[in-house]
Amino acid sequence: MTAAATKSVLTKSTAHSIVEASPRTKAFAGGLVILYAVITILPLLWIVATAFKSQSDAIAYPPKVIFEPTLEGYVNLFTVRTRQTPDFIAKLPPPETWYDKLVRKRDMVIAGPSKVVPRFVNSLIIGFGSTFLAVFLGTLAAYAFSRFRIPLADDLLFFILSTRMMPPVAVAIPIYLMYRQLNLTDTRLGMILLYTAVNVSLAVWLLKGFIDEIPREYEEAALVDGYTRLQALRKVVLPQAVTGIAATAIFCLIFSWNEYAFAVLLTSGEAQTMPPFIPFIIGEGGQDWPAVAAATTLFVVPIVMFTVLLRKHLLRGITFGAVRK
Amino acid sequence: MAQIRIENLRKSFDQFTAVEGSTFTIDDGTFFAMLGPSGCGKTTTLRMIAGLELPTEGKILLDGEDVTFHRAAARDIAFVFQLFALYPHMNVGENIGFPLKCQGMGRREIRERVQETARMLQIEHLLSSKTSKLSGGDRQRVALGRAMVRRPKAFLMDEPLGALDAEFRHLMCGELRDLHDRIKATTVYVTHDQLEAMSMADQIAVMNKGRVEQIGTPREVYDRPASMFVADFIGSPPMNFLRFEGGLRSGDRAVSFHDTRLAVPEIREDRASAPLALGVRPEHIRFADAGAVRGEVFGAEYLGTTQIVTVDTAYGRVAARLPSSASVRIGETIGLEFNAARLALFDIGSGLAIRTASAEGVRHG
Repeated sequence: MTAAATKSVLTKSTAHSIVEASPRTKAFAGGLVILYAVITILPLLWIVATAFKSQSDAIAYPPKVIFEPTLEGYVNLFTVRTRQTPDFIAKLPPPETWYDKLVRKRDMVIAGPSKVVPRFVNSLIIGFGSTFLAVFLGTLAAYAFSRFRIPLADDLLFFILSTRMMPPVAVAIPIYLMYRQLNLTDTRLGMILLYTAVNVSLAVWLLKGFIDEIPREYEEAALVDGYTRLQALRKVVLPQAVTGIAATAIFCLIFSWNEYAFAVLLTSGEAQTMPPFIPFIIGEGGQDWPAVAAATTLFVVPIVMFTVLLRKHLLRGITFGAVRK
Repeated sequence: MAQIRIENLRKSFDQFTAVEGSTFTIDDGTFFAMLGPSGCGKTTTLRMIAGLELPTEGKILLDGEDVTFHRAAARDIAFVFQLFALYPHMNVGENIGFPLKCQGMGRREIRERVQETARMLQIEHLLSSKTSKLSGGDRQRVALGRAMVRRPKAFLMDEPLGALDAEFRHLMCGELRDLHDRIKATTVYVTHDQLEAMSMADQIAVMNKGRVEQIGTPREVYDRPASMFVADFIGSPPMNFLRFEGGLRSGDRAVSFHDTRLAVPEIREDRASAPLALGVRPEHIRFADAGAVRGEVFGAEYLGTTQIVTVDTAYGRVAARLPSSASVRIGETIGLEFNAARLALFDIGSGLAIRTASAEGVRHG
């Protein structure tokens, strides 16, 4: 091959692949992304839609894509109702609110609020509480492992990781017995402690990686300039570890928010979270799928919001450091 | 400003000893360079002076006060790191003002001091920039500004120019020295680059394997190296060593080098016969037909003003620095003549310089 030919081959092969993707490649990549988005988002959309269907529409076959929206599902989710005879309902004073009216159409009257709000509050307190604790403890431990000479550091780290080497449910019975002794069953504190214990090992490992990446010089500079170790950690290390902390927090929250097995086993009333509560809805007066879908929608909202709020940090986490050194 | 005194300072990490019992004094206002290959303990020594590392043994005195175990923040010294360690979440002004903020100084005073420092370093226009947008040299200036703003007793610098490219490094050397001449702060400067140390320092401590091999002015360490290590480490190409065996008598002005007598500076100590090395800097070699040592030209490196000619002799390969005008043919046999007044003698066993009229009074570490 002549030199000129070689050169033309080289420019040809690099022109598109390295500098910019060709329009066809771009279109193909875009198509893949859209396909993936549809596959993942569709079930979610179906749930959101089902929440606005009537009970008969929800179980109609073939499934209805176009339907008359109703808030029955949400009303049913938030209320406890009793069935009455039409005569009885006719004798009642006219309904005061739109949801009273909605319920009476189905020959029922509202007897009081359902337990969904307290369950949801439990989920919030337990989920965010355990996430905060796990990330807080994890950050301190990860910083210590990253910066100090700790005897047997490797063994300790392995020990911490080993708590994740079996499914947590494998220790369900011992934990149940232990919690009964300690009066921690069906308490928020008990659930927070449990989820923190499961999450903290993940937090230590993830955060250690992030903190290792931050050069020691930053905090050493701060130490020389007059800060104490803790001040340097707070003012210099943490701002730079925000990305890692955000990512870790999301992982921890997703686990404790979705956790089902322990929640079923250890909570029944006071401290019950959303995951074991949602199946209860199915049982009350027929299979009320719209109410279940409404509960699921409600359940998904906080975690989506949390992720969207921290998304900026997550994205920065991908590009941060890519162009340095 | 301060005098720094190091006494029998030692630092071990588990089995490994990083710094072995060195003792020296850095006078007030001195630009003091610690020079050595990587792993020689220079950075560890610096970090102990800063308080970022605690010594295993020994003492560190700042202006006579024992600060060995004081916290870094309590020592009133400033540290400039190799990677600058500018806080990425702060802009230039905030970075420079950070040490003052640590001390709890008022906001207005901080702003004034930051302005003043920036003016001195000519980076006033950058004060509100992001540090990530700066060039290497400007980052270096900001790092210096952060060190200067507090007006500390001493500056400690750990290879501050190591991350810059060669051209810029030279420029910053000049700036650093200029800055030192203006503020006259005691500066301890760690580097593995002999050019940086030679061009800036008042005093150089050459370190090797945790020990200080020699302390002296750039001229002293170059002209009168205290040990074979120093002679080899400083100078490019390094000093040539020609091995021979023999005894020495005080007052002699020549040594028996193999079959001939070679003139050397007057010897000032008596020694029984032992393996010795004759040290010759490349620039103290001339080609002369009458030269006592003969060899064959192996190669020549043209450097513009001079050329480095390597010659294979019976005692090993020797590098000579000749004017670039000299014509040299590869393979040609020539004689080498040494500048007698500038020769050095070393004891190969200990690696230390033998006392002669030219190598008198060198300070070992």
